[in-house]
Amino acid sequence: MSNRSTGLAVEADGLTRSFGSTRALDGLDLRVPAGAVYGMLGPNGAGKTTAVRVLATLLRPDGGTARVFGHDVVTEADAVRARMSLTGQYASLDEDLTGAENLVLLGRLLGLGRPAARERAEALLAAFGLTEAAGRQVKKYSGGMRRRIDIAASILNTPDLLFLDEPTTGLDPRSRNQVWEIVRAVVAHGTTVLLTTQYLDEADQLAGRIAVVDHGRVIAEGTPGELKSSVGSGTVHVRLRDAGQRPRAEQVLRTTLNVPVQLAADPVALTARVGEDGTDLEAGAQAARALGELARAGIVVDDFSLGQPSLDEVFLALTDHPAVAADDRDDELEAAR
Amino acid sequence: MSDTATTTGRAPSVYVPSTEALATVLAPGERPAPPGPLSASLTFGWRAVLKIKHVPEQLFDVTAFPIIMVLMFTYLFGGALADSPRAYLQFFLPGIMVTSVVMITMYTGVGLNNDISKGVFDRIRTLPVWRPAALVGMIFGDVLRYILAAVVILAVGLVLGFRPDGGLPGVLAGIGLLVVFSFAFSWVWTFFGLVLRSEKSVMGVSMMVLFPLTFLSNVFVEPATMPGWLQAFVKVNPVTHLVASVRAAMAGATDATNTTWLLLWSAGFVVVFGTLTMRRYNRR
Repeated sequence: MSNRSTGLAVEADGLTRSFGSTRALDGLDLRVPAGAVYGMLGPNGAGKTTAVRVLATLLRPDGGTARVFGHDVVTEADAVRARMSLTGQYASLDEDLTGAENLVLLGRLLGLGRPAARERAEALLAAFGLTEAAGRQVKKYSGGMRRRIDIAASILNTPDLLFLDEPTTGLDPRSRNQVWEIVRAVVAHGTTVLLTTQYLDEADQLAGRIAVVDHGRVIAEGTPGELKSSVGSGTVHVRLRDAGQRPRAEQVLRTTLNVPVQLAADPVALTARVGEDGTDLEAGAQAARALGELARAGIVVDDFSLGQPSLDEVFLALTDHPAVAADDRDDELEAAR
Repeated sequence: MSDTATTTGRAPSVYVPSTEALATVLAPGERPAPPGPLSASLTFGWRAVLKIKHVPEQLFDVTAFPIIMVLMFTYLFGGALADSPRAYLQFFLPGIMVTSVVMITMYTGVGLNNDISKGVFDRIRTLPVWRPAALVGMIFGDVLRYILAAVVILAVGLVLGFRPDGGLPGVLAGIGLLVVFSFAFSWVWTFFGLVLRSEKSVMGVSMMVLFPLTFLSNVFVEPATMPGWLQAFVKVNPVTHLVASVRAAMAGATDATNTTWLLLWSAGFVVVFGTLTMRRYNRR
């Protein structure tokens, strides 16, 4: 179902869009290959939602062009709409209606006859574990159920491209896993998924390629492995019993890991990046070696952990500034006006 | 105690996405042709009906409010403006029916604004259907509310002694004209519903438009008693044409001049505000 000439689900060139004095998109370029999950990673206000809204024909760009399966999002909006669907950050169903009514309504609007729409709604509710909640108003659903029915509504027309705008923000870990499973199933059936997220591990888990977005521009792009190798695949956090041993601990870590060691404001804490070559295995081995060397040097360690680089660390590494959640989320909301 | 609760309580059903179940709904089926304009509009109208079913409180403004309006003004002005409330009612009922219904047209804008802030509009706007369908359907739903309000007022009027000379056909014709105008006038509010930021500002603007429009008309008194400059406004006010047409219809007559003006105004509202609304709806 991909665009045969390019194999791309989305091609965007130099998209710009401003809200008042805020440049939400500032020359965004994007190439999303068909048939996989593509992640857009960035903090609040980076322009992810604005980008998705432009690609989903909800918002016109001020400049630049974007095509979905070869169709221009401005001049051929209907052709784009026929092939994609969007699950936004906010409930995109009528909360006063029941789950079943919402799905039947959408089925009818997509051209299904009444019996076919009802049948499709029932099948979707069953597949998403919502049969019991079918007759309940959507406003009475839990967060996880709401997300599921939102996604169910989005695949009603088995789209070729599905936009998921921060699909797991605000969900508990179990609901988050359910959404991940659903995303994997959707992709396995040939639908391209473009998802935005603030979580590196989510992009890592799901996406074949990731674009890191900051201030309305893509600042890095590649496979999760490529991105991580530019950042280091993990960070070691160490807490000592005795602050007096910190200079010695710093020396040990520096010589063992061969990387700069950060001294935290907390007088007993140190952090260092590991796995600069990008392999998780290497990061683990380095961390283990560091712990061993600390013990050998007679340094008492209260707490030792190896974590994935956080979004903050990725940002710090890519931009030399931390991932500031710009307060222009309101401007993105303004896009809905 | 806790044991009993565990055995009788419903087992917490944890949803585990099943690959097979998902596979059946993800199998690419035939994509049906999108519905035509009328079918899509009616489907959106059905949504409005479902909303009324689930939130019946929203009918308060088309039932209680009109009743209060009729009772209040009939007894407030009846003695002063005519020989008795009952006599005044013969003149006044078509007018208060128009006032009440025209006033509740503003909820079209409020409802639309609410939809936008909730995000359901995003999904609607990404559907490959005839663009105005969502709004037309919404107004179809509102038309049902207008008819209900008109019928409620008529019923109260009949109880209080209103006797239309036009009989049933006259009354139906009157309500028909009122519905035509209200449908057209609703497009003013879809525009404001899209342009203004909050439900409150939509309400504010509506009141500012609706009060002069309904009160500076022939609803309550004969315009002949007003100063010249006010008469000039009352004369061109579409509500005046509407009230005159409805009054005539209910009395079993036809007021061709006013009805023509009324239909021209209605067409104008649809053309001007319908276009502005759709431009705004698509522009974003």
